[in-house]
Amino acid sequence: MASEKWGSKLGVILAVTGSAVGLGNFLRFPGVACANGGGAFMIPYIIAFILLGLPIAWVEWAMGRYGGKKGFSSAPGIFRAILGNDRGAQIGTLALIIPVVIYMYYISIESWCLGYAWKYWTGGMQEVVAEASLQAELAQPGLSAASSREAGIDAAQNYLLHFAGVIPEPGGQKSGNFRILRDFANGSLPFLAICFAANLFLIYRGINKGIEWFCRWAMPALLLCAVIVLARVLTLGTPNPELPDASIINGLGFMWNPVGHRLVEGRLVEVGFWEALATPQTWLAAAGQIFFSLSVGFGIIMTYASYTKDDDDIALSSLSAAAGNGFFEVALGGMIAIPAAFVFLGPETIISAGEKASSLSLGFLALPGVFEHMPAGHFFGGLFFFLLFIAAITSSLSMLQPAIAFLEEGLGLRRHAAVTLLGFITAIGTLFVSLISNGLTVLDHMDFWTANFCIFTLATVEVVFFAWVMGIDRGLEELAHGAEIRLPKALPFVLKYVTPAFLLVIFASWLSKEVFSNGPYVKALREDPLVQLTVGFIIGNYLFFAILVRIAVRRWRKNEGKPEVAA
Amino acid sequence: MSLAGWMIMTASVAGMTVLFGWCIRKVFTLPDATRHLHSQSDIDPRDQE
Repeated sequence: MASEKWGSKLGVILAVTGSAVGLGNFLRFPGVACANGGGAFMIPYIIAFILLGLPIAWVEWAMGRYGGKKGFSSAPGIFRAILGNDRGAQIGTLALIIPVVIYMYYISIESWCLGYAWKYWTGGMQEVVAEASLQAELAQPGLSAASSREAGIDAAQNYLLHFAGVIPEPGGQKSGNFRILRDFANGSLPFLAICFAANLFLIYRGINKGIEWFCRWAMPALLLCAVIVLARVLTLGTPNPELPDASIINGLGFMWNPVGHRLVEGRLVEVGFWEALATPQTWLAAAGQIFFSLSVGFGIIMTYASYTKDDDDIALSSLSAAAGNGFFEVALGGMIAIPAAFVFLGPETIISAGEKASSLSLGFLALPGVFEHMPAGHFFGGLFFFLLFIAAITSSLSMLQPAIAFLEEGLGLRRHAAVTLLGFITAIGTLFVSLISNGLTVLDHMDFWTANFCIFTLATVEVVFFAWVMGIDRGLEELAHGAEIRLPKALPFVLKYVTPAFLLVIFASWLSKEVFSNGPYVKALREDPLVQLTVGFIIGNYLFFAILVRIAVRRWRKNEGKPEVAA
Repeated sequence: MSLAGWMIMTASVAGMTVLFGWCIRKVFTLPDATRHLHSQSDIDPRDQE
C-alpha cells in the first residue's frame, strides 16, 4: 500500500477538482467556445465530456488505486504493476514528464497572475492601462476605434512581455542582455520566486498536510472570488448609455448564442450553428478543452488516486471532481471573461486577442482594458487575477506530485531530497522558458507539444492498458469496488471501443491538421532553431527521466528479490 | 441575446450546477468508507448456536 493517504473523501475530491480547475476554466474555455460555435460548442463539449473525459478520468482513478494497493504512486510503478513486467515502467515515463514540463511554463503564468493581482491592488497597473486605455473610445464604431483597440492589445502584450522578461530586442537579439534580466527582476521574478517557494513548501508537507490542507481552503476561496467577480459582471448592465448594444445581455449572447465568430479582413463574420458542428475543428477543440480542463492524460489523477484507501469510493469521487470542474468552467468561467470583454472592448477585440496569443490572450491582453473601465475595476481586476492565481496553484501543486512520488519510491529519496532535486530541475526549465524565450515562443511551443501530442498519446495508452491489457472486467471490478454510485451499463463498451476510437479519430485529425499539413508549429520546428531547442529540451527531459526509471526498475527488482536484468 | 442562446446558457449552467450539487450532496450524506468496516461485535457467528 502507498504509505501516504488522503484524510477524507472530501479532501481528495477538492484536491482532484483543484488540480483540474485552472487557467483553462476561466480563460481557455470561454475563448475556445467563442471561436468554435459559441453555444453550439456545448454539443461536442458535452459529448466529449461523456465519451472521453469522464471515462478516462475513471480509468486513471481505477489504475491509480490499483497501483496504490501494490505500493506504487508513480506512473512507472503503476504501469509496471498492471503490465506485470518492467516494460510498463518505461511506458509510464511519459506520465512523469508531462506534468513536470507543463509545470515549467505553467508556473510562469501563475506568477504573472499573482503579479497582476498585486499590481492591481497596489495601484501599479496604471502603466499598463494608461496605454491600453486608448480603448476609452473603444466601443465606437469605425476603423479608428478598431485600430485603437488593436493598439490597446498591443500595448497590453508589450507590457506582459516586459513583465515576464521575455521581450525581444528590436534586432531580434534576445538572450544575454542586461535589459531582459532587469525587466525580469523588476517584473515577474519576485512573484515567480514566491510561487516556487509556495509550491515546493506545500509539496514538502505531503499529501495530507500539504495538498489536502491547502485545497480545503483554496477551493472555497476560489469559489467565493469567482462568485463575487461574476456578480460584478452580471450587474454591469449597459455602462455607457450612448452605446446601448454594449450591454451585458449582448455580451452573454456573444458567448452563448449558437453562432461562432471569426475575423475576415478585420470584419467580424458569423459562423452558423450547423456549419460550426460540421467543422472538424470544433470537435477537435472540444476534445482538447475537455482533456486540458479535466487534467486527464496528464498522469496526475493516477498518482492522486493511489493515495485513496482500499475501500474508498472512487467512482463518485471521480464524477464529483469532473462535475466540479465543469461547474467552474461552464457556470462561472463561461459567464465572466467574454461577456465583460464584450461590454468594454467589443467583439472584434475578443476575437483579435484570441488570434494573438491563444488562451492567455483574454486574461493578460484584453481584460486589463476591461477592468480599467469597470466601476471599482482595480479591486475586481485584482480579485480576478488572484482567482486565477488560486486556480493555477492548486493545479501546479498537482503537477509536482507524480515526480515527487517517483523520486521517493523509485530512487528511495527522502522527501526533502526529492523536493530539492525536483525544484532544481523545474527551476532550470522555468528559467529556460523565461530567459531564453523570444517573446512567448518557448512557452507556446512547449505547451503545444506537451499539452497536445504527449497528452493524447498518454490518454490513448491508458485507455488501451485499462481495457485491453489490464482487462475490462478486472479494471471495472477495481472501479466498482466500494463505489457509491452505479456505473453505467454501457461503460465497458464505451471504454473498450468508443473512447479509444474517439481518441484515435481526434488524434489522427490533429496529426493531419498540424503535422502532415505542415502547420505553423511543425513549420517552426523545421525552421526556427529556438523551437528546435525547445522540443530538444522536452526530449532531453524524457531521456533524463527514462534513465531514472531504469535505475528505479533495477532497485524495485532488487527489493523484490528478482535478478537484475536490463529493463 | 437570442432565445436559443438563453436556452443553451440556461441548460448548460443549470446542468453543470445540478450535477455538481448532486455529487456534493451525495458525498456529504454518505458515511465514510471506514464506517463500512465491521468491528468484532458486528460479526454474528451463527454456527456457534
